[in-house]
Amino acid sequence: MHEMSLAMGVLQIVEDAARAQRFRRVRSVLLEIGELSMVEAEALRFCFDAVSRGTLAEGAALNVVEVAGQGLCFNCNMTVPLAALYDPCPACGGHPVQATGGTEMRVKELEVE
Amino acid sequence: MCTTCGCGTGETRVAGKAVSAPEDAQAVDAVRELPQLSGEGSGDGASGIAQGAHAVDAHQHPDSRLQVHVPTHSHGHGSEHAHALSALQESTTPSRMVQIERDILAKNDGYAAENRRRLEELGIFALNLVSSPGSGKTSLLCRTIEALKTQLPIVVIEGDQQTSRDAERIRATGVAAVQINTGKGCHLDAHMVGHALHDLAPADDSLLLIENVGNLVCPAAFDLGEAHKVVILSVTEGEDKPLKYPGMFHAASLMVLNKVDLLPYLSFDSALAIRYALQVNPALQVIPLSATTGEGFEQWLAWLRAGCAASQEKKAAMVASLRQRIAELEAQLAAVSGA
Repeated sequence: MHEMSLAMGVLQIVEDAARAQRFRRVRSVLLEIGELSMVEAEALRFCFDAVSRGTLAEGAALNVVEVAGQGLCFNCNMTVPLAALYDPCPACGGHPVQATGGTEMRVKELEVE
Repeated sequence: MCTTCGCGTGETRVAGKAVSAPEDAQAVDAVRELPQLSGEGSGDGASGIAQGAHAVDAHQHPDSRLQVHVPTHSHGHGSEHAHALSALQESTTPSRMVQIERDILAKNDGYAAENRRRLEELGIFALNLVSSPGSGKTSLLCRTIEALKTQLPIVVIEGDQQTSRDAERIRATGVAAVQINTGKGCHLDAHMVGHALHDLAPADDSLLLIENVGNLVCPAAFDLGEAHKVVILSVTEGEDKPLKYPGMFHAASLMVLNKVDLLPYLSFDSALAIRYALQVNPALQVIPLSATTGEGFEQWLAWLRAGCAASQEKKAAMVASLRQRIAELEAQLAAVSGA
C-alpha cells in the first residue's frame, strides 16, 4: 500500500537528520518493518530508489529488518505468533487477538558520511 | 508527509490551488525530477485532463526552480553514474552510523495531532468517511446534510483524484465544501486536510464531514485528526470485504451498511457481513441504512447528534476550566500586587 508516500516519509526523515547531524551523503538506511505493517519491502525499495534520486540519499542501500508478528489473545490470554492481522488465535482459535509486535514501520539508523 | 503521486505535492490541489510542500523543498525538487514515475502509467487520457487542469492555475513545476536545482548536482543521467560515484567515495570517505528511531508516519501523525487540537478547541465533531468507490458516500452526505443543516453548522471536505464534481454536489445542498484533488495520490493526508480547514474556516460547534478518496486500503494508515473513521459498506459489494480489507474495518468506529433498500434484489447476507466486520473489530458499531429511501436514517442522525453534543461539551468544559484558571490567576495577582 502507498509505498510511495512511505518512501517520501523515509527521505524526509533522512533529510531532517542530515540538517540536525550535518552529514552530506547517506550510504545505507536501516528500516524496521513489521510483518503486520502491510508494507511490501520490495515496493518500498523501488519507490525509495526513485524518490531519492538527486538527493543526498541517491544510491543508498535500503536494508530492511523484518519484525515477526505477535499478538495477545483476549480469549486465552496467551501471547502468540501472528501471521496476519485479525487472524484467529493459533492456540485456541478465538478472537480477538490484539497485535503486540510486528506493526512497526521505523527508520532505525543511517550509515552516513 | 506529502502525497503518493510521482511529482510530489505539486499535484495536490485544495479548492483548485496547489498545496505547497510541508517543508523541505529539496525533497520535493528531487521528486519533481522523476520523469519515469510522473510520466509512465498515466500517459493516456487521464493525464491529458490533469495537464489541462494545471494549465489553468499555476502548476508547481516552475522552470526557475529546476534551473536552480539542476546545477547543484551533477548526476542527472542515470543511476549507474551515481553508483560509480558513490563507489569512488566509499573508498575515500569514512562513514559513521546515526541512530534515528523515527516512525515513518510520524510527520503525518504530527499534522493530524495539530488538526485534532484545532478541531477540539472549536468543538467540531469531525468524521473521516472511507469506503470503496461507489458505496454511496456522497449520496449519504447529501441526505445527511439535508436532514441536519437547519440544526447544525456543517462543512465538508471532499477528496478525489480528479474533478470537483463531489464538492459541487455538496454545495448544491447549501453548505460549504472544499475539494481536495490528490492527483495521483490514493488517500488524503493530514497536511492536505490542514490546508482545507484553513480555507473552510468552520464555525464553532460544526459537524465536519471529510469524504476520503474511494479506497479501502491506504486511507486506513493516514490519521487526519478526525474523531472517528466511518467505513461505508454497501450491500452491492461482497459480505467478506471486512475480511479482505481488515485494516480499514479495524480502524473505523462505525460501519454504515448502505443501500439496504436493494436487499430484496440481491443475495447479500447482512448478518454474515456484520459478523465478519465484528470479527475484525469487536468494538465496531453498525448502522444499516439507505441513503436513497432514508430507511435507518434516524439511528445515523442520532449517532451524529450525540457525537456533536459530546464535542461541544468537551469544548465547553475546556473553556470553563480556562476561565476558572484565569480567575484564579487574577485573584493571585490581586493578592500579590495588593500586598
